[in-house]
Amino acid sequence: MKFLKFLIVGVFFGIILSKSEAISWYRIYEMFKFQSFHMYGIIGSAVVVGIIFVQVIKRFNVKNYKGNAIEFIPKKSGKYRNIIGGIIFGLGWSLAGSCPGPFFILLGKGALPIVIVILGAVIGAFTYHATKNKIPH
Amino acid sequence: MEFILQPWAWYVSGPLISLSMFLMFYFGKRLGISSNLETICAVSGAGKFVDYFKFDWRKNKWNLAFMFGLIIGGFLSSNYLIVNEKVGISQETITDLEKLGFDKAGESYVPSELFAVENLTVKSISILLIAGFLVGFGARYAGGCTSGHAIVGLSMLELPSLISVIGFFIGGLVMTWVIYPLIF
Repeated sequence: MKFLKFLIVGVFFGIILSKSEAISWYRIYEMFKFQSFHMYGIIGSAVVVGIIFVQVIKRFNVKNYKGNAIEFIPKKSGKYRNIIGGIIFGLGWSLAGSCPGPFFILLGKGALPIVIVILGAVIGAFTYHATKNKIPH
Repeated sequence: MEFILQPWAWYVSGPLISLSMFLMFYFGKRLGISSNLETICAVSGAGKFVDYFKFDWRKNKWNLAFMFGLIIGGFLSSNYLIVNEKVGISQETITDLEKLGFDKAGESYVPSELFAVENLTVKSISILLIAGFLVGFGARYAGGCTSGHAIVGLSMLELPSLISVIGFFIGGLVMTWVIYPLIF
């Protein structure tokens, strides 16, 4: 039961990305061709409102559901990992026409060949951890 | 109900995405989807081959629950909330895709050339597998994907996330402008 709230936010997130057409392969192609404002509007407004949410949490000391302070833990960073990893991700984002969230939303939608993409992504994540000591971070 | 069934505008969807991020913070977690790929590896027994995957995947159950929510959300939208699958892409995009051999661009969410089971070929299966591999490898190398870096990281004004997002776009632009014409 304690995981139900996360399931519900996931359903909500899945509906938003479906209804906004952000899970559409065509919208990603169009975005990288700069032929529409749509995806930039979605990501841009999400970030602007997101910045406001984070600032409001910090300024007004908004507590989480347990009454504890909300922590903002930064991700690991390095000189190379963000840019190189980012470029590799971007190549795949464009080629698949979708990213990890939409993979699972499209699976629910019934676009079955997305299973091949998910399998590739799992193998990719595995390969990263199998080779990470040999690549620059 | 009429409003729900129409495609949602960017200025409705973007802020609702931020609201999802806020809810996850409120529930004590940071929104991020690609780490589930590692959890799937760990659940599948990848720890036998790579020590990293020996972590206790049960601590990530909350994120697997979120991931299952995505699947349900996609199912519900597709079956009950979308009346017309037509995607409102620009005429230029449709023309460009026709030149690459994609017919009926925008008639549905995903092109049947890649995502219809009956059209799968060795080439399309390879494209899907390689695309997935790049996403999975790149996301874990960069430490996050569109959700973790572009939405949450940028909202937190984190420099590593900005660098990652710049990387996402460099890779995406190279694929779309340079590699697409070579493979399609």
